[in-house]
Amino acid sequence: MSLLKYESQQREPLVDGNKDYHQVTEDIVRPIEMKPSRLWYIGFYISVALLLFGVYSIYREVTYGIGQWNLNKTIGWGWDITNFVWWVGIGHAGTLISAILLLFRQGWRTGVNRAAEAMTIFAVMCAGQFPIWHMGRVWMAMFVLPYPNTRGPLWVNFNSPLLWDVFAISTYFTVSLLFWYSGLLPDFATVRDRAKTKFRKMMYGVAAFGWSGSTKHWQRHESLSLVLAGLSTPLVLSVHTIVSFDFATSIVPGWHTTIFPPYFVAGAIFSGFAMVQTLMIVVRKVLNLQDYITLGHIEAMNKVIVLTGSIVGCAYLTELFIAWYGQNQYEQWAFFENRGNLFSPYGWSYYLMMFCNVVSPQLFWSRKLRRNITVTFFMSIIVNIGMWFERFVIIVTSVYRDFLPSSWSTYYSPSIWEIGFYLGTFGLFFTCFFLFGKYFPVIAIAEIKAVLKTSGENYKAKMTDIEKADAEKFYIEEVEHAH
Amino acid sequence: MAGGQKKFVVGSFDDEAVLFPAVKKVRKAGYKIHDVYTPFPVHGLDHAMGLRETSIHTAGFIYAVTGTTTAVTFMSWVFTKDWPLNIGGKPHFALPAWIPITFELTVLFAAVGMVLTFCYLCNLAPFVKKHIFHPRATDDLFVMAIECTDKTNDAEVQSFLENAGAKEINVQVAETGWWIGRYDREQKLYKEEKGY
Repeated sequence: MSLLKYESQQREPLVDGNKDYHQVTEDIVRPIEMKPSRLWYIGFYISVALLLFGVYSIYREVTYGIGQWNLNKTIGWGWDITNFVWWVGIGHAGTLISAILLLFRQGWRTGVNRAAEAMTIFAVMCAGQFPIWHMGRVWMAMFVLPYPNTRGPLWVNFNSPLLWDVFAISTYFTVSLLFWYSGLLPDFATVRDRAKTKFRKMMYGVAAFGWSGSTKHWQRHESLSLVLAGLSTPLVLSVHTIVSFDFATSIVPGWHTTIFPPYFVAGAIFSGFAMVQTLMIVVRKVLNLQDYITLGHIEAMNKVIVLTGSIVGCAYLTELFIAWYGQNQYEQWAFFENRGNLFSPYGWSYYLMMFCNVVSPQLFWSRKLRRNITVTFFMSIIVNIGMWFERFVIIVTSVYRDFLPSSWSTYYSPSIWEIGFYLGTFGLFFTCFFLFGKYFPVIAIAEIKAVLKTSGENYKAKMTDIEKADAEKFYIEEVEHAH
Repeated sequence: MAGGQKKFVVGSFDDEAVLFPAVKKVRKAGYKIHDVYTPFPVHGLDHAMGLRETSIHTAGFIYAVTGTTTAVTFMSWVFTKDWPLNIGGKPHFALPAWIPITFELTVLFAAVGMVLTFCYLCNLAPFVKKHIFHPRATDDLFVMAIECTDKTNDAEVQSFLENAGAKEINVQVAETGWWIGRYDREQKLYKEEKGY
């Protein structure tokens, strides 16, 4: 019972309104116990329809081959790897919120971490589809795993960044899932213990693994969360670093740069936070959780967006500078002709990327705009589009004209099945997210309760008196006790 | 599996500020606190109850080291002994190139191992069922269960808890261990228990 539990009055409350512990449970569990709205069904069915379209697109690709996508020499990586990197990047915000902000003791993470982690898991699931189906002969996908086989045994190449990726993405998915689920156990127990139907009691009883809330269990749970956060922090940085190695270790002009790892990680966090904003602004409105995901939360995330957006901007300019300074004619061609020349076939995409990722987030230097929900929502979409184009620019503008002019592609545009595959991952993502919104506590109930008495609006108001009284009590109880 | 039937005096508190002094008093009076069930991690409660620090992080470290050694030895064996593949004339023992996979396996082993250890230590698994002393222990109450022996006077403990500030007090006979079961059976639904 130290005095450190008191928070400065200068800080904005993390939970608005007049809440007690029971009210927190009520507010967050209510959507699970109610019938879903008509809007939920509409959204869910649209997502499932998209998912089915994606499944059909994949069926076309598996049956007729990669040619179903308009991939051809020299463009071997088109929309699919663009989408892969885009989805993986989006996942990073969830881990940043749940792990890095936990280590930095940022209280505001409690409002958004559960949904952001869910977003991470679903985004990584979507990302994983692209390299798998891009293999073409997907029935041989297990060849990427180092298992004893009858081909020698011939092992995988541990020196290859593409194999590092296999390990990075699968580890990332597993660890994120474990972290997320261990946090969900106590909240599932909350839903279980107040269930009003037998069926719900059984389902959440199974999901909660028999959680009782024992003090010893909480102690271990806290320790587990802290260590998992400590492990996830370098992990999340490593994942996009390794994704960037797919490009950076090659000799393709425009990819062959040492700046890629930090630049990719910053971009990943940037796009991930934009996606969290898109989702959270809808979720808080639809599920009526404005008291838990407050304007303060949105502002905090916008600050991360303007920071990481500016880091990405610095990286773009550094690339240009190094291309000029490095005096390599192929690098210079990639940057100043394929990308920087607005009138080259893909020049437009480079400037679109620059505008969406570097110029537009600068609006968030204004506090008023950071706290404006409409602007934030609009901006989050722009950033997501911009970050998609960043990957598109990196991949396509580097490969559509290679060293041999006779094999230059005149123009690459995706086929309907390539687009359909991308839409299908949206379907997968939102199908999962709609189910999550209906059946899972979208906010970490236990974590909100743990910060309620320090950061709740009604408690902060009373705090001045308590602080004074408790300081005396603290002195009598603790300091004397220590001697 | 099960520790047999035991008798408990159960006191529920609605404020952690009342709970802390109560824990102290109960321990001072010499009663044995079976456990305190809380809806969220109450910091310092483990110390107040005299629980020792968990060493789950040490287990995590051991798993991490296992992951590191597994990755390095396996890749070394594959590339130097089992099938030394010539990759662009580069050294077979390419340690720097193995750093990413070594790191990933370190994290993977540590995370998976720790979560499994956590579930094992806390007896957590699907279909595991434990006695719930109060259904609101996962909502808004802090539930203290005091174990009774043959010598314990229940009434005395109950009035003691009342003085310590407990809002609801009752005596329950329960199994302390865990068993395989489902929560929808043999347990009253919440609305029957309390009128929410």
